[in-house]
Amino acid sequence: MAEKQVGTWAVKVGLAQMLKGGVIMDVTTAEQAKIAEDAGACAVMALERVPADIRREGGVARMADPTKIIEIMEAVTIPVMAKARIGHFVEAQVLEALGVDYIDESEVLTPADEENHIDKHNFKVPFVCGCRNLGEALRRIGEGAAMIRTKGEAGTGDVVEAVRHARTVMGEIRRIQNMRPDELMRVAKELGAPYELLKETAELGRMPVVNFAAGGIATPADAALMMQLGVDGVFVGSGIFKSDDPAIRAKAIVEATTHYDDPEIIAKVSRGLGQPMSGLAARTIPEKEQLAVRGW
Amino acid sequence: MKIGVLALQGAFIEHIKVLRSLDVEPVEVRKPEQLRDLDGLIIPGGESTTFGKLAVEYDLIEPIRAMCEQGKPVWGTCAGMIFLAKDVGRAQPLIGVMDVRVKRNAFGRQVDSFEADLDIPALEPRAPFHAIFIRAPFIESVGKGVEVLAKLDNGTIVAARQKNLLATSFHPELTNDARFHRYFLERVKKNG
Repeated sequence: MAEKQVGTWAVKVGLAQMLKGGVIMDVTTAEQAKIAEDAGACAVMALERVPADIRREGGVARMADPTKIIEIMEAVTIPVMAKARIGHFVEAQVLEALGVDYIDESEVLTPADEENHIDKHNFKVPFVCGCRNLGEALRRIGEGAAMIRTKGEAGTGDVVEAVRHARTVMGEIRRIQNMRPDELMRVAKELGAPYELLKETAELGRMPVVNFAAGGIATPADAALMMQLGVDGVFVGSGIFKSDDPAIRAKAIVEATTHYDDPEIIAKVSRGLGQPMSGLAARTIPEKEQLAVRGW
Repeated sequence: MKIGVLALQGAFIEHIKVLRSLDVEPVEVRKPEQLRDLDGLIIPGGESTTFGKLAVEYDLIEPIRAMCEQGKPVWGTCAGMIFLAKDVGRAQPLIGVMDVRVKRNAFGRQVDSFEADLDIPALEPRAPFHAIFIRAPFIESVGKGVEVLAKLDNGTIVAARQKNLLATSFHPELTNDARFHRYFLERVKKNG
């Protein structure tokens, strides 16, 4: 048998493939992580404050305390992701040293670099990054992201931006599918996307990595909506632990994600969940307070 | 030939693509009625705890167990292998039909996920099989009647068969090598 190879592109992309059809939940404590796992989450995202609190409290949002991350890793058997600030490659090094399973280079935290994202090829641990459109997604993949999520507008409980970003990405993929190579080069220029990745996306009819939806998903129907729009799975941040009954809502969102094209099941699981997070209409947020515009 | 792929969560589309490349049109299984008339079933990789919750909630455990007991070929990859095992060292919902003890996340966390070439004598033509292991389990011990199909160099068991039941720690659906899927389909044909 040949030598074992670790940290390869296939194993980075492969873990994301194993997460498909699932729900990744934001958690801030080991206890919340257990609730998420018991509800059927396929992974958890460890962070210090959920996006709704970051938005409300302001200040600089950073990587979570390593003690917290380790407690969460010890509490569950499912993969544990954690967030690093955009461009903060030392936070990413720390998260890799802690042994987290995926790093989210996230606009939800305060960016550490307004020009450059992390060179993600340099790590053994895989990265997921946010995008609002195909060009942004392919730039991140070019830097080594092994998974993409559409950004939406985190901490709002308003799904409108998640829908906008998913529709934009899917629409752009449909548009490039019948293009000639010379036209693709022009589009690569327009979108600011690496040409080879754009060509690969056109040939596959999808991005070359798994694509989840994030930012504003608060109900089972929201999750199923994103799945029917063609994403591979969903991230739910504030939507669970800012609602009345997190355990029941989390389980309902998991079931609606699996049975996303079965309205009877979505209707059944949507009953008696208590109040969702109160929410904030994304349209009312001034641009400088929007999280999705962070990164490029 | 009617093959089902359990589609509760995980890498089920990857299995479906390989089966289609072998001219088999599989059925996605999320509810018990979708198991009816199947000649074989694949349980994909994903999170075994997630499958477990959903399989209990949607009454899939008993009918899948019945299929295994009727002698229909059932193949579990990674989380699917955990799901088939009798013993995984902790309490979680399982089909629990294969006489093996499986250790979850046995190689470590994601940074320990790896690729390696395996010698699998059961596959034809015989040539190294490039295997991808992702937060993978392995088989700690096997009961009577379980045949070991593949081991790592250090003797770790990563594939096994017990009559109609097949289990692999790794993901043949993530490579372009369809030999393992052909091996499974052969067993379905023989069983029919």
